[in-house]
Amino acid sequence: MLSLRLYSVAFICTTFVVALLLAVYPLPLELRWWRPEFVLIMTIYWISLIPSRTSLAFLCLLGLFQDLLEGVPFGQHGLGLVIVAYICLLSYQRVRNYSIWQQSCWIFVLVGIAQLTDNWVQAMGGRPLSGIVFLYPAFASACIWPVLYLALNSLRIRYRVL
Amino acid sequence: MIALIFVGLYTNWLTPVRQQLSVLTVPFYRVTDVPRRINEWLGTTFASRQDLLQENETLKTELLIHQRKLQQMAALAAENVRLRQLMNATDILQDSVLVAELIGVSPNPLNHTVVINRGSREGAYEGQPVLDAFGLMGQVIEASEHSSRVLLIADSTHAIPVQVNRNGVRAIAEGTGDLNRLRLRHVSNTTDIREGDLLVSSGLGNRFPVGYPVAEVESIVRDPGQAFAEIIARPMARLNRSRHVLLVFDSRSHNP
Repeated sequence: MLSLRLYSVAFICTTFVVALLLAVYPLPLELRWWRPEFVLIMTIYWISLIPSRTSLAFLCLLGLFQDLLEGVPFGQHGLGLVIVAYICLLSYQRVRNYSIWQQSCWIFVLVGIAQLTDNWVQAMGGRPLSGIVFLYPAFASACIWPVLYLALNSLRIRYRVL
Repeated sequence: MIALIFVGLYTNWLTPVRQQLSVLTVPFYRVTDVPRRINEWLGTTFASRQDLLQENETLKTELLIHQRKLQQMAALAAENVRLRQLMNATDILQDSVLVAELIGVSPNPLNHTVVINRGSREGAYEGQPVLDAFGLMGQVIEASEHSSRVLLIADSTHAIPVQVNRNGVRAIAEGTGDLNRLRLRHVSNTTDIREGDLLVSSGLGNRFPVGYPVAEVESIVRDPGQAFAEIIARPMARLNRSRHVLLVFDSRSHNP
């Protein structure tokens, strides 16, 4: 029983490490705004699937690590991640029953919220942003959600993580 | 979490923590750098003989040109030293450099920082100027053991004192957040500055060494209604292309 639990925790951690790698993978300058928020998507996925396996404290640390990785002020991603995780915890029972396109729209809203807090912190740090450009990552995330959802589902069933 | 954000933004209590923990982030950048390495390896391994010969030829020509310039340079440097001695001015010290390679770029589009593969163990320190082959690139803002983070001059939180190479007019070049634009702040409408002028680092502020090219003036808008002219300059360094950079050890301000 214990080994089974360890196994699934290891699986979840691996997906997060992959998400962090994708989050810092160098992109050409023109595409930089279109990078989906992989860590956030992964969080939403695992929370809506197995809410008992993900803790807010772990997500806090994950967010702080992402800040360290990207060299932005401590707490920028952590804040967004925790807020989104909390909303997810409140609503996962309903979202589970949505069709995949409706889920995509929901992802757009959630990532949009995280982007808002992100840019709030960035603006305080002296990098203000104007325009709608900050919602591009949310749009990209919504577009990639169906693909990631199906891929993760098949992986999860194949490796029997519950 | 919000308290942490404020502490991180307005104090520097977290800087040592960050420096220590940065070691953890290096493997991530190394891994994401692997595809490029493979690409480079493929490029060098499977290059055709013809291409190599051609490259060799161009490099030889280039070397010849540079050597000719260097010959002249030696004479000029000697003359410069003599003239400075005549004027009782202090000698310009030669700066030593360390070659570093880019291993990562900040994923945040607003944040123009890059990660290089030299850290405090190799002598990099906070505030150290970074150059590429064409001009000044930025400065080290975080030096961990084997990697450091470099803030580029085009970042919107960065400013650098410059002077016009032609007549020595001083100004401050501020980043705009756009990699191809710097803005000159508080230059009055009557200042003698033209499009195409080369801006070099002035060395004021004791952060950057004197005389490295920073930017070229691209456009000037002199609006009589405004207090200052709106001057846009284009950085000389290839901020989004250069892979190899030089860390300069400024011999005046820092003794490693």
